[in-house]
Amino acid sequence: MDALLIPFLDATIRTATPLAYAALGEVVTERSGVINIGLEGIIIAGCLGGLIAAGAGGPTVGFLGGALAGLLMAALFALFVLRLKADAIITGTALTLLGLGLTGTVYRGVFGLEGAALGTPSIAPIALPGLSSLPLVGPVFFTQTVMTYLLYLLVPLLAWWLARTHTGLALRAIGESRTAAHAAGIAVDRIRWGAILFGGVMGGLCGATLVLGQVGTFTEGMSAGRGFIAIAIVVLGRWRVVGTALAALLFGGAFALQYLLQAVGWALPYQLFLALPYLLTLVMLAALRGRAEAPAELASHEG
Amino acid sequence: MTRSVSTEPVGVDPRDQEALALEGITVRFGSVTALEGAHCTIRRGTVHAILGENGAGKSTLMRAAFGWLTPDAGTIRVHGAPVRFQSSADAIAQGIGMVHQHFMLIPAMTVTENIALGGQGRFDASTTAARIAEVARKTGLPVDPTARVRDLAISAQQRVEIIKALVREAQILILDEPTAVLTPDQATELLRWVRSFADAGGTVALITHKLREAFTVADYITVLRQGRTVVSAARLALSESHVIEALTGTGTGTGVTPASVEASTVGPTIRIADLATERRMVDHIADAPVLRLDGVSYVDARGVTRLRAVDLAIHPGEILGVIGVEGSGPRELLRILAGRLAPTSGRVTRPDAVGFVPEDRLHDAVIPTFSLTENLALAEGGHARGWMDWSRWWGVTRDLLATADVRAVGPDIPMATLSGGNQQRFVMARERRRATAALIVENPTRGLDLNASARILADLRTFGGNPRPAVVFHSTDLDEVLSVATRVVVCFDGHVAEVQSPLDPNDRTPYTRAMTGSDGAGDVISAERR
Amino acid sequence: MTEALLALWDGAFGSSYAIWSATLVRSAPLLLLGLGVALAFRAGVLNIGAEGQFLMGAISATAIAQSMGGTVPSIVMIPVMALVGALAGASWAGIAAWLRQRFGVLEVISTIMLNFIALASISWMVRGPLQEPTRIYPQSAEIPGPAQWPFLIPGQRLHLGFVIGLLACGIAWVVLTRTAIGFRIRAVGASPSAATSAGGIAVAGTVLRVFLVSGACAGLAGAAEVGGVTWALYEGISPGYGYTAIAVALLARLHPGWIIVSAIFFGALEAGASAMQRDAGIPSVVVQVIVALVILGVLAGSQRRVIAGAATLGAEGRR
Repeated sequence: MDALLIPFLDATIRTATPLAYAALGEVVTERSGVINIGLEGIIIAGCLGGLIAAGAGGPTVGFLGGALAGLLMAALFALFVLRLKADAIITGTALTLLGLGLTGTVYRGVFGLEGAALGTPSIAPIALPGLSSLPLVGPVFFTQTVMTYLLYLLVPLLAWWLARTHTGLALRAIGESRTAAHAAGIAVDRIRWGAILFGGVMGGLCGATLVLGQVGTFTEGMSAGRGFIAIAIVVLGRWRVVGTALAALLFGGAFALQYLLQAVGWALPYQLFLALPYLLTLVMLAALRGRAEAPAELASHEG
Repeated sequence: MTRSVSTEPVGVDPRDQEALALEGITVRFGSVTALEGAHCTIRRGTVHAILGENGAGKSTLMRAAFGWLTPDAGTIRVHGAPVRFQSSADAIAQGIGMVHQHFMLIPAMTVTENIALGGQGRFDASTTAARIAEVARKTGLPVDPTARVRDLAISAQQRVEIIKALVREAQILILDEPTAVLTPDQATELLRWVRSFADAGGTVALITHKLREAFTVADYITVLRQGRTVVSAARLALSESHVIEALTGTGTGTGVTPASVEASTVGPTIRIADLATERRMVDHIADAPVLRLDGVSYVDARGVTRLRAVDLAIHPGEILGVIGVEGSGPRELLRILAGRLAPTSGRVTRPDAVGFVPEDRLHDAVIPTFSLTENLALAEGGHARGWMDWSRWWGVTRDLLATADVRAVGPDIPMATLSGGNQQRFVMARERRRATAALIVENPTRGLDLNASARILADLRTFGGNPRPAVVFHSTDLDEVLSVATRVVVCFDGHVAEVQSPLDPNDRTPYTRAMTGSDGAGDVISAERR
Repeated sequence: MTEALLALWDGAFGSSYAIWSATLVRSAPLLLLGLGVALAFRAGVLNIGAEGQFLMGAISATAIAQSMGGTVPSIVMIPVMALVGALAGASWAGIAAWLRQRFGVLEVISTIMLNFIALASISWMVRGPLQEPTRIYPQSAEIPGPAQWPFLIPGQRLHLGFVIGLLACGIAWVVLTRTAIGFRIRAVGASPSAATSAGGIAVAGTVLRVFLVSGACAGLAGAAEVGGVTWALYEGISPGYGYTAIAVALLARLHPGWIIVSAIFFGALEAGASAMQRDAGIPSVVVQVIVALVILGVLAGSQRRVIAGAATLGAEGRR
């Protein structure tokens, strides 16, 4: 049993890690009252940014590169939505197309028309001394990459920040009513810029983690809808930090199920497993119809 | 035409007393000038009423004082020192607090969170809650710091707004139409508090359009008209007629109340007795009711019972006035009568077509980007089939503009280009055209100035036709309802009951009592008189 | 740079072959897809799922053509393919419409999820039920002769689907401006609340119907692509037409007449980009960048929201 379960759970955590980065970033963005549908474009930009930067300066630089790529994409989004008051949904869609097209173009431009898949410096799992030798929990939770361990710190930190600081309170207030927040003397647009850029950095880290910590290479369109899945994760996590982290685990499990069911030797077409996370997203969104906890400004959408 | 009156107490340097001074304030929005050199000096320890019609600029002036907008010209002084506000945060830092007409509270958050908003650094809920409790006790404004705002009554939310300002050590309070959302009893209580706050050394700027309030509670009165200060003086130096004249700009100096004010909202100057004599006597028995509710109940999506077993019958030629505070059921009652809402139980008898003038005109009644022709055709949008005969609709629209006296260039212009009053007249005419037998009208004067409001109310009173239509009219302004209705019902806690006209037509107590539920059983009888 | 632009121009308009066999052939699906997106946006439905609806149309049209075999005449075969493709697209959109109206799921997310599911489906189809008989290549067998849609000009590849696209745009224009149904669609898109309250228009029903029609347009485009261009089902049958369609619709300001111009513009871009990749070594995915920039350009150029009803997305699911 362990021979199947541990690899499955290990793969769950591994695939959930990038999803959690993107989703936690989107939590902050959405709590400020803006939905960034362009997360997909941010993630793919983070993938390529991570790949190129890692090639130049190793994995650490790679993560910085991924974060920077995400930041730039998010800045473009914020410019359109906050400054030009453009429709967030359409801007986000354009951002996704831009990310997918731009990364494809740049990748083929830099690495040749064939887009030869090349190995990239990547990060290996680190077994945490002591903790990793715990039964079941050890190999699953404490034999992961440094990005997963960072998440263990980030989740409580982010939850604390949202609940226990005035900036966190201001962010939540803007998401509920920008006029009320404005009246309280809060610089609404500045905080929204911050929230969107934070979402961009996190989305970029998601992409970089995907390349440097999971897949080990870049392929066009490798984000494969993770941006949209992350948005569904946020809904499932009820716009809360811890809830979102747990929801990311669930979706990590859906991705990891492919490996498990293949290992068990089910004779189902593998495309079914490919479709599974997307099906799960639809089912989850439908199951969560009472969405009273969504930030009110997301619904008003009036900018 | 109107003189600017200024009276200063003799022998005191006004600078010593001045809490908030606004001088030569000019604010432009694009090509529209909202304020043109408006001025007003608010003294420490006083209540200063800012009066004006809708659009006169009183809210704009106070928003400038609160740093919510930066004036294009003019000076603002706080306690004698010139200030320049970049945002409301600057004004808050200077000890100014504002309670907006539409509360700036976040329903999903607790009272504590709402009040802590705008602070810096760590946020500790328990410390803030203790501070709120302390301020609440000291000022005599009870609130529960841990309650969620969405669970609070309107009057409690208003207290939260005031405490929010006081927690930030505001010495100058700006209250924007604070009594508009309150029942008469709550309003009295609030005004009493305002008075005591000023007597204890606080300063209050009270924005209002109700003369009565200004004359009851204020020490000073400033009247704005079309963006200019026309009167600014001590209350004792002013007479009501003078202020009305200043408000409307139509005075002749003889002290005669202009006709347009009569049906308006300026409080005690309306002589309900005069209006009552115009009330048509309607024979309830002769005609069968046009609209009828039998045991109608309504439970909303959140499970709250809005209407409880309502029986009601409305006959041709009647103008049924519906009163009741927000949330007590008028909204649902009107929509069920109009066929826009299906009751949870009970029977509704109504004609196929019922005209409906909803309160949110731009949202529910018209499509601002569509042409007038399209907005007229919209009335039949639901059951139109096949081709749209636009040339016919164009002609119908042109005729309607003429007969309803809607001032518009022509049928092709977008609805958004019309003034609020003309939009409302268009909607009323369209709904009358749609349905000849019954018309449901909800807060039709919302956002309109005095003259436009008066015209709308006059239209309502004079609807013709044979038989005359049954009209159901609801307004949050009791005076409007009393000036138009032939019969008045009150919604309270989901019950609908008729209010008997008092012997003295000027006596408003039966109505205000019924709205707040403080009536004795004898004041209200069942609306159903079969 | 100049070389690349020249290659782009040549590939799009450089010869009669470029015009009639490349540019307009690629415009054909964009006409129907762009129209579908525009109709949906007009009614306040943010259907980003044209890609998936297109793929489902292509799969179904291939399947029906294969199963009817080579004995059925074209005059029956082609309408059946078109109908089945349109129905498949409409059903695929119908899932998103149902999720929106029954559960308040944002159609932006659900349609994109359905795009990925459609991709997985086509991937399975060409390796499973619809794979060609030798079972070597991930594609279907060629559809029978009568199922191949006629070319319009001898020697050129422009096919019947283009004419259908033009007709559809014309019909949509007349419907939107001249009929009661079109008026209802515009009213619902511009202000669902006023459409309900003042017009007594059944918003949910109108939205559902437009959503289905939008999906049908995309499905029909998929059928036309199989019948008129590829004659077989491939995984990569759409180079992202469904996403380009959003730019087509927005550039046309959601106006059916301008869709024709806008679709030809993007068709030329797609055709030119393949030529550019072939002749100048510039990757053709650059088209996606241009598509994104066009959308952003339209957004930046319009002060008001492009989509009047965008404020109401998934409104039924909200308080």
